[in-house]
Amino acid sequence: MPIIVEHLTHVYMPGSPFESLALDDVSFEIKDGEFIGLIGHTGSGKSTLVQHLNGLLKPTSGRIVVDDIEITSTSKVPKRLRQHVGLVFQYPEHQLFEETVYQDIAFGPRNLNLPEGEVERRVREAMALVGLDFEAIKDRSPFEISGGQRRRVAIAGVLAMEPSILILDEPTAGLDPKGRDEILSQIKNLHEQRGMTIILVSHSMEDIARLVDRIIVMNRGKIALVGKPEEVFSCVEELHAMGLGIPQITQVMRGLKARGMDVPDNIYTVDQAVKVILERIRGKKNA
Amino acid sequence: MLKDITIGQFFPGESVIHKLDPRVKIVLTFAFIVIIFFVKTYVGYGLIFAYIALAVRLSKVPMRYIVRGLKPLLFIIVLTFFINVFFTPGNKVLFRVWAFKFTQEGLNQGIFMTLRLALLVVGTSLLTLTTSPISLTDGIERLLQPLRVIKFPAHELAMMMTIALRFIPTLLEETDKIMKAQMARGADFESGNLFQRAKALVPLLVPLFISAFRRADELAMAMESRCYRGGQNRTRMKILKATKRDYVAVAVTVLLIAAILLDSYVL
Repeated sequence: MPIIVEHLTHVYMPGSPFESLALDDVSFEIKDGEFIGLIGHTGSGKSTLVQHLNGLLKPTSGRIVVDDIEITSTSKVPKRLRQHVGLVFQYPEHQLFEETVYQDIAFGPRNLNLPEGEVERRVREAMALVGLDFEAIKDRSPFEISGGQRRRVAIAGVLAMEPSILILDEPTAGLDPKGRDEILSQIKNLHEQRGMTIILVSHSMEDIARLVDRIIVMNRGKIALVGKPEEVFSCVEELHAMGLGIPQITQVMRGLKARGMDVPDNIYTVDQAVKVILERIRGKKNA
Repeated sequence: MLKDITIGQFFPGESVIHKLDPRVKIVLTFAFIVIIFFVKTYVGYGLIFAYIALAVRLSKVPMRYIVRGLKPLLFIIVLTFFINVFFTPGNKVLFRVWAFKFTQEGLNQGIFMTLRLALLVVGTSLLTLTTSPISLTDGIERLLQPLRVIKFPAHELAMMMTIALRFIPTLLEETDKIMKAQMARGADFESGNLFQRAKALVPLLVPLFISAFRRADELAMAMESRCYRGGQNRTRMKILKATKRDYVAVAVTVLLIAAILLDSYVL
């Protein structure tokens, strides 16, 4: 299901002294099965944008088309849109409320009025997708498990809706490095094995560079840059002007090049960098 | 949807009314509330109305905001009007509907009560619209200062109010966020009968309570780590001081009170 956004504008609290323009004439398209990275400074309109994609906010003007569902300022949002587009908010563990992990993950499927057998199948599957042990954890309270596990329970709660598009708003914020890597690799699996369309909002340029097919850069409610990671990260000055950066390893490579080493400066992951540097060193020895 | 709540809403501005000393504004509002119950004539209501209209005009708060404050009370105001019209005993019967008498006294009473309620709401909301929560609690704290003699915890009370007011927007934002997160999981807060709706609130209220407790805990910790210990020997950076415009406001209000008392009780 492609996502088409056309001339989307959103104004918060129009007509009051607190009026603010959050999105200003935003247009883009996302193809099926793409992995999109959404980056931008705090307050650049990322969260407002993603909330439009599953109808939690309605545009002030412009329109969004997901699948065959069109959302304009006046349309009524059908429930199936929320099911097609799963949205994981920042710190999603703050939304947990049930007595057991199982009950909490089952909240979404039950809202779809599914039979109990189907609900259980979905809970099992969603827990497996985020790497939680069903038997070990299903009857525990979501408030007595670790922070990383809680985050995964919350993500499973969204996955249990079986969305075909998954949006994650900074899913790794506040997690330790291990928990972060686990969640990111699970997201990668969802993309590769399930073919899910994924939109990842993140402040980590490293994660973005490593994972996504295409990057959308937001700045002050407008789309500033769109393109493949190598295209976006080559615009270093523009990114700096927006208060954003490039992956650390890219900075290292640019630094090496500036000091006269013969390395390319379009390297975005540590693996690539290791390969290139080793090649150079071996090349020197042989010469 | 939650953005429509206007309790204690502050309308930022630089007007004369905004700049009045909060203590003066609080005292004058109380005086206004009291005097409005002494008014017995249409002339008196005219004076009160002129007073409020002047204050609203000077405050530069858009009329929309004032009217919006009245909206939720429309039902109560209309109900009060009819109850007073039909249940006030009187002799000058204008007409009868079935068992009800419609009297001149009742009509007067109904109009008075309606005006009284509407003016009360407008007058008090003008206080919160033109006074930021912080200066409001500052004013309350100063006004309660004399009660310290009888061990009344004025500072603590003001602190509690400041914190409560400070957290209204935070909790509203939090509610909005949790609501959206649950709606993204298919929760429905807007349809169903009363019982279903109440039940639908559980996924909202549980996380909200948990986060309120977490925030309270964090705040207490932060205050303690900065050695907060109540009102003992605290000095202020901004000391409230009455200026010329405060005396003018007091004078105008005193004149109004005198005129109303004269009109309603002497003439």
